[in-house]
This record gives sequence, C-alpha cells and structure tokens, in this order.
Amino acid sequence: MYFGLSEEQESIQDFVKKFLEDNATVDEIRKIANGEGEEIEKNIFDGILNLGINTLLVPEEYNGLGAGLLHAVAVAQSLGSGVGPIPFVGSYVMAPIAINLGGSEDQKKNYLSRIATNDIRFGVGMSEFVGAREDAGIEFSKNKINGRALFVLDAEKSDFLILANKSGTLFVVKSEDKGVTMNRLTTVDKTRTFHEIILENAEAEILENTSENNEIAKKVIDAGRIILAADTVGASEAMVEKAVSYSKERKQFNRTISSFQAVKHMCAEMAADLEPCYSLVWQAAYSYDTEEISSSRLLACQSKSHVSEVAKVISKKATEVHGGMGFTDLLGLHYWFKRIGLNRQILGAPEIVREEAAELQGFNQ
Amino acid sequence: MNLEFGSEYDEFTKEVESFCKEYSGATITSDDEKFEMHDALSGNSSNANGKTVGRSEWQKLLIEKGYFARSIPKQYGGYGGEPDIIKSRIIAGAFAKYKVPNAMGGQGIDMLVPTLLEWGTEEQKQEHVESTLHGQTVWCQGYSEPNAGSDLASLQTKGELIDGKWVINGQKIWTSTAQYSQMMFCLVRTEPEASKHAGISFILIPMDTPGIEIRPLVDMTLKAGFNEVFFDNVTVPEENIVGKRGEGWSVANSVLGHERGSLANPNATLNRLNTLINLMKEETIDGRRLIDVASYRDRLLQIQGKVLAVQANSLRLLSAKINPGQNVKLGGMIQKLVGTELRHELEGLAIDIMGELGTLYEDDPNVRGGGSWQFTYMYFLGLIIGGGTNQIQKNIISERGLGMPREPKVQAEV
Repeated sequence: MYFGLSEEQESIQDFVKKFLEDNATVDEIRKIANGEGEEIEKNIFDGILNLGINTLLVPEEYNGLGAGLLHAVAVAQSLGSGVGPIPFVGSYVMAPIAINLGGSEDQKKNYLSRIATNDIRFGVGMSEFVGAREDAGIEFSKNKINGRALFVLDAEKSDFLILANKSGTLFVVKSEDKGVTMNRLTTVDKTRTFHEIILENAEAEILENTSENNEIAKKVIDAGRIILAADTVGASEAMVEKAVSYSKERKQFNRTISSFQAVKHMCAEMAADLEPCYSLVWQAAYSYDTEEISSSRLLACQSKSHVSEVAKVISKKATEVHGGMGFTDLLGLHYWFKRIGLNRQILGAPEIVREEAAELQGFNQ
Repeated sequence: MNLEFGSEYDEFTKEVESFCKEYSGATITSDDEKFEMHDALSGNSSNANGKTVGRSEWQKLLIEKGYFARSIPKQYGGYGGEPDIIKSRIIAGAFAKYKVPNAMGGQGIDMLVPTLLEWGTEEQKQEHVESTLHGQTVWCQGYSEPNAGSDLASLQTKGELIDGKWVINGQKIWTSTAQYSQMMFCLVRTEPEASKHAGISFILIPMDTPGIEIRPLVDMTLKAGFNEVFFDNVTVPEENIVGKRGEGWSVANSVLGHERGSLANPNATLNRLNTLINLMKEETIDGRRLIDVASYRDRLLQIQGKVLAVQANSLRLLSAKINPGQNVKLGGMIQKLVGTELRHELEGLAIDIMGELGTLYEDDPNVRGGGSWQFTYMYFLGLIIGGGTNQIQKNIISERGLGMPREPKVQAEV
C-alpha cells in the first residue's frame, strides 16, 4: 500500500515546476496576459511539450505514454503553481480521453497518434452539457453542426474542436472550418484562453460511441474536474508559499509580520485547509484510473467542489497577508487569485457539482 | 499510488469481516453512566437488529480476537500480536464499515498504557496494564491547572520526597472522569530549582489516597463530567514515579501527540456523517424529507467534501507509517485542528436541519439520537479548546510547519 505520487510522477511534476519558475516569471506572465508575449508563450509551450505532456494520456498503441490521470494530476499541480500559460486540461486531458473512450478505431488512429506526435491539438467545449448559460447549445443534423458553445477550453490555435451537445454527444469539428467563428472571451484569467464558438453549418463528425448515451461525456468531465482541482491545489500552494515568505520579509513595528499571531494563524489556517486537498485529488485520480465509476465519480465531484471552496478562502487570505502589495499588479499575485477564480466556475461551479454528487448518491428524489 | 493491502492480507480481512458481520450494529450495554455518550463520540451506531453484549464481556472478546490491544504483550493482558499497521487499519476499516461498536477508550487505555509500556518499570506494567485494558482500572489525567492551560509546563502542583514518599500539594482542573477513576497519572513539580520543563515528574496516584478532594466542574453539556482535584498532603510511595525525577515532561509528551490525533478519529467522523445522512432521509419538514430541501442538502454535501478530504489525508498518513521516509509534510500536524472543527460543524448541521427539534436534549421524549447531536456538538467545542487549543495548534503549524517565528516575549511587568 502506498498513498502518494510515484517517483516518476514527482519527477515530471518537479520538471514542470522548475521549468515554469525559470521561464515564466511574473514579468513574463504579465507580458503574456497583456498580449505582448507571443514569443515567450510559444517558448514556454514548446519547453513543456518537450516533457511530453501531449503524450501522457494517449495509449501506447497510438504512440503515447499510456499513463493514468494521476500522472496528469501531478503535471496540473505544477501548472497551477506556476500559473502555466499553456493549454492542458482541454487539449491533453479531456480530448485524448474523449477520443480514446468515444472514438471508432479509425478516429482513434487518426487523432490520437497525431496528438502524440504533436501534429494536431484539440480545444474542448462541454459547458453546455454541464449547464447551458444564455441558452447556448449546438444542434447536429446531416453531418452539419449549428449553434453556439461557450467557454471552450484551449481553442486558441487549435486544429480541431471537440464539442458536446446538451445530451452529451461529442462532435469533432475542424477549427478552421468556414462555418466556425471563434471569439476569444475576455475573462479575469489571462493565463489561459476561453472561447465562444459560433457554428453555422460547420462540418462535424460524431465520436462514434458517444451517440447512444452520455456516459463517455460524463467520464471526460470527471477527468476535467479532477485536473482543474489539481491546478487549483497547485495555485493555492503557491499562494500560501508566497504569503508565508512575504510575511518573513516584511517588517512593521520593528519585527517581521510573520511573528504576529494574526498573520501566523491566517497562514496556519490556509495550510491546514489545503493539506488534505492533495490527498483528496490524488485519491480521486487513483480512483478514476482503477475503480468503478460508482466510487470514482463522487470523488471527482467532491474534489472539484471542495478544493474550489478551500482555494477561494486561500486566495483571499493569502492576498490579505501581503497587505497593500497583494492588491497591486506589480506583485502579480492576482494571476493566481484569478486562475483559482476561473477554475472554480469551469465544468461546474461548486453548487452545481455538489448537486450532481447528491444525485449520484440518490439523495434528491 | 496503490491502495491494495496485498493478497497476504486477504485471509485476515475475511476473518475480520466475518466477525464484523456477526456483530454489525450491536448494542453494548452498561449501567455505568460514564459510558452514556461514549457511543456518539466514537461514532458507534447500534441498530435494533444487532446483538446485545455487556461492556466488559465485549472488551474481553475484542482482546481475545486481537481486534483491540493487538500489539500489547500477552503477559500484560494484551493480544500479543506483532505490530502491523495494515492489520490495525483493516480492523478499524471493517468496524466502521459494518458499524461494529469500538472497544472502550479513555485516558487510561489511550494514554497511560502506551506511556507505561514505554517508560514504566516491570512492576508498574504488571500492576496496571492488564486491569486498565479490561476496564477494571479507570484512569484520569492530572495535567492542567488553573494557571497552567496552554502553557502547561508552568504547572505548580508540588511534590516533595519526604521519608521515601511523595507528598503532593496543589490543584488540577479539567480532570475528566476523576469521580469514577481508581487512579490518576499526574504531572507534578518535584524539582523547583530546575528550569520549567526539567522540573516536572510523572506520578501515579490512587484516587482513594487521603487528602484528595474532588469537586465536580459541570461543563456546558451537563454530562461530560470534568472536575477540579485538590491535593492536601497527599502521600504516595516513591516507586509511583514513572521515568526519573524531572523526566515527566518527556514522559507525558511521548503520548500527547497520540491524543491529538485520536481526538478527531476520521472513521468516527465518517460514521457520524452516515448517521446524519440517514437522519436527513427520515426527518421531514412540511412532509418533505430534509434531504430533499436544497439548502440543507448543499450543506451536507459541503461537509461530505471535507470528510472525504480528511479521510484521504488519513490514508496518506497511514501510508507514511508503512513506507518509512515518505514525506507527508503537514499531514499529521493539522489533524487535531481540522478534525475537531469538522466534527463540531457536522454535529451542528444535524441540529440546524432539525430546527426546533434540534434543541431538544437529555430525556425529552421527542429527542433525536438520545440527545447525542447537541451533546457532541458542545463536546467538540470542548475538544476545540482542550488537548492544546486550536489557537495553540495554529501556532504549532505556523512555527514548526511553516517556519514562522515565535511571538516575541513580552517584557515582564516591573
């Protein structure tokens, strides 16, 4: 029995973390967020791709690493901790899982092997399946797709999109199809991209096994939620570390503010709330990889909602520990605050996810 | 990550599960009021279909089977098994899963027995361990004093060695179960010249010694039964000391960490959560099940998220025991803080969802769960304060866990 990340998982986690510390400093993140860092962004993305994050969840028969979700969780923690400005949860977690579970043999061969060789990349839009806002949604008929999808993940510069309709059928669309209009949404979090996609008679193919039932879509969302939770855990960890280390430097009343109990207790509370979240997310990923949906889905839901709640408080307290500096753009702490804030709402905000968890357990009849 | 215990444990698991199925939902009877709320606190939940067993008979059976006192040597009344963390976990897990009542606990069993096994003389072990395990000797803990709470090491109860006997004078407070106890393990200042921590000894005191006065200190639950204990020239034999003179602080601290963890056992919390879920399915408002009320349900699910996180954390701690060298960072240090707050919140939710009914207490004919929700809600507020207040826990986490400095000492008033 061993509960924790393996040496291999810790090692890729450390690589990503170190890489971002060296190559994505707050100044660089700021340039990217302000739209002035295209070159920097590309270098960061290429550097992390060199670690093979695109191959993690592609099965070995399609030239991937065939690793489990826990591997991706290890990476996601580091991406969150360094507010990694790269596509991940959509392109390299949800897309390969969707294709592997939902695709025909031909679709798998066609798409998965090309994800593994980094020839193509997917954006993923499933918000309308989780809960449609503004009556958005897509309709499919005669190989054409129409409608509107919101908060599509990782669609920027993608080659294909996987989009879900309200009943959980998944469609593959070419990003450059003439029937596809992509509008980048301006969200608070500028370390990743989110798009509105308008579809007017765009060519689409169904991921073959997803036409009959929505189980595959749900499984893809479980994975996405666990990864977002891991990203949030990483971002929270960074905020706690920054708060503690800032408090040890900042002096008032002739002593560092880290010696005031008011500050110490805020830090202890953050650490105490965060510590069990690592274990919860790891167990959720392990359960996703090895156990029946009946036990893994509850953990996926509760990871997403519980971690989101913990992180919301951490993002506030850690900012407060920094005093006025925490509020400035100069320090850039807000990039973590906003990343946590966005992760909370994507693929189901806590209340929505808890309601699903209640339904799973047969609570609300 | 691998949560399987391995096939070498299959047979053991089967054996434990078959025992647990037999005693699932059993009621443990006792006419002793000190155990009245024991079941709610430890998360035990009996049902009408379960067996009924007397408390001392139950304790004996559990020791015989090796489900309690498992690694305590046979000559001291234990089962005499090899220490095996995984087996202990399998036992705890199966007991929780099948709602089998836990063994008797208490400060004698949880704290004194491990202390004596580590520090006691052969005579002390022979005399006390077996009778404590079987519930014949009940112990109380004499640590806190009116002026030594969070700053325990400043305790002032005095012990002088006169003619080969310890003569003890002073006062203890927050002494739970003193009124039922045969013995007290007590921290006493025996070396007044030594520094604060080095002047304390750990002494065993029979509670029927002349000069001991017990005054009940009724707490907010009206049930838990704290006491003040006064010592007026209380005289006990020299050999009642555990460890050497001045070693008392180390002796006491070797098991304090254990107490902090056990104050908020995650299995008990999970059992209470399940009992709460059942309560919400049974109770109604305007004919609607409480679990069908969205706002109540959401609060339940929020607590479930916390319970699952704490459970996962305890699995990680277990893993660190099995795999030496595994770094669990703050995982152990946070248990008391997080666990007691969570339990208080959980019990409080049960009261909220019952509304006015949730305020019923004691022997009211309409009370739910024998009044255990209110009792445990209040009791855990006591545990948030006791065992090292949660503010002290935050100091420990920030200082030892996060490397933040101690608060500078305020200069003594002139």
